[in-house]
Amino acid sequence: MEALRRYESIIDDFEAFLDACERPLPTVVRVNGITGSVERAVEAFEADGVAVTRRDWSDRVLEVDTEKPGNTWPYVHGWVHGQEEVSAIPACVLDPQPGDAVWDTCAAPGSKATQLADLMDDTGLLVANDDNLGRLSALRGNADRLGVTCAAVTNADARRFDPSVVDVEQFDRVLVDAPCTCEGTIRKNLDALDEASPSASRNLARLQADILRRAVELTREGGTVVYSTCTFAPEENEAVVDGVLGEFDALSVEPYDIALDHDDGLTEWDGESYDESLANAKRFYPHQNDTGGFFAAKLTL
Amino acid sequence: MRDNDSTQFDRLPETGADREVEGRPSRKAVVEWWTDRFGVEPSIFDGYTFWEKGAGRVWALPANPDPPIPVEALGLNVLRTRQEHWKPTTAGVQRFCQEATRNVVELDREKAERFLAGEDQDLDWEGDWGYLVAAHDIAGGVEPIGVGLFTYGSLQSMVPKGRRREF
Repeated sequence: MEALRRYESIIDDFEAFLDACERPLPTVVRVNGITGSVERAVEAFEADGVAVTRRDWSDRVLEVDTEKPGNTWPYVHGWVHGQEEVSAIPACVLDPQPGDAVWDTCAAPGSKATQLADLMDDTGLLVANDDNLGRLSALRGNADRLGVTCAAVTNADARRFDPSVVDVEQFDRVLVDAPCTCEGTIRKNLDALDEASPSASRNLARLQADILRRAVELTREGGTVVYSTCTFAPEENEAVVDGVLGEFDALSVEPYDIALDHDDGLTEWDGESYDESLANAKRFYPHQNDTGGFFAAKLTL
Repeated sequence: MRDNDSTQFDRLPETGADREVEGRPSRKAVVEWWTDRFGVEPSIFDGYTFWEKGAGRVWALPANPDPPIPVEALGLNVLRTRQEHWKPTTAGVQRFCQEATRNVVELDREKAERFLAGEDQDLDWEGDWGYLVAAHDIAGGVEPIGVGLFTYGSLQSMVPKGRRREF
């Protein structure tokens, strides 16, 4: 937990934050509306003796009282997907509509991509890209089990992505769920902090900015880009958005509503100051909603 | 006639008369196969185009990009053609056979669990031989589990290894 000490100045009730980081996560699934429904998923779980607890902020997110949600009939039918609660945030913020052209830049293993497809009512075109061929097979397996038909799966470096391969010029919406130091996954990955450090964050920030820049270039005027990570590091969050914001006149960080406790995005850190609009981004800490840690910013063009 | 190019997705022709690739099925034949075999409404495929990359593997997509499309996956792989008996995929029947009315065998709880585990089992079935939708009653409705091959009084589970489960 030493790697988290540097955040003491920005996190209220820091001891509660550290305590939460030491606790395991509740088991949570997301209901997939493409083949299932909340009502049938709940009924099937309860018929097999698995207690279900709803969440106030989303009717699609269920806490289930089982260690192995993957070994249940609702999972076999593709009615549910094991997905950490905060991981369901960015697709909701991007809010894709039926018929949209949507790009998920770093899509494997596909939790967020399949959620995007569901929000699109499995219509339009979702381009689910990842540069890692091994992880793409997990994405394809999940899309298959969840009955997603509207996805094209591509294996490219997002920084140089060419949308003409899927006959698209520009996208309506793009999700950049960037590769990061993953500090916020400490509750499920006990070694998550082993590689975390300010210098690791600064190194990743270049890659993150390059991907976000390409995402903005390929988004139509009036379109939306969501930038998210599962790390607390401001170098990988507000600093990345702030840098790319300065490169595009039309780009702005917009406010959004979500019924989860959170902190506003930072406008200064470690002697640097960021655009005031970064306060419209949101930081989700483990002790606020009993989840992992997350960051999400909504940008519009 | 060209041969199939297994490095990129190409769209199925509307009818057999529009065929430009040797042995490729038409959209019309694919939709008719699903409606004939399982009694589903043809309208469930409205807005869908069908695609082939690997020979015989047919993918369903609710969009109509300009071919060819050189990607890893395009839509959902629903059917295997270019063989005597066309074979639906597990994902295909789970996605498109929720309202199937023909060639659906409803399994009780014990048989459904054995089917999901990948076991073959004896079955008292008076209907067609060949590929059936294996389903069970769950949460107020009959839901497809996967594809079973019925021959000589036996139902063979076609659930792929990675999707088998033992509860």
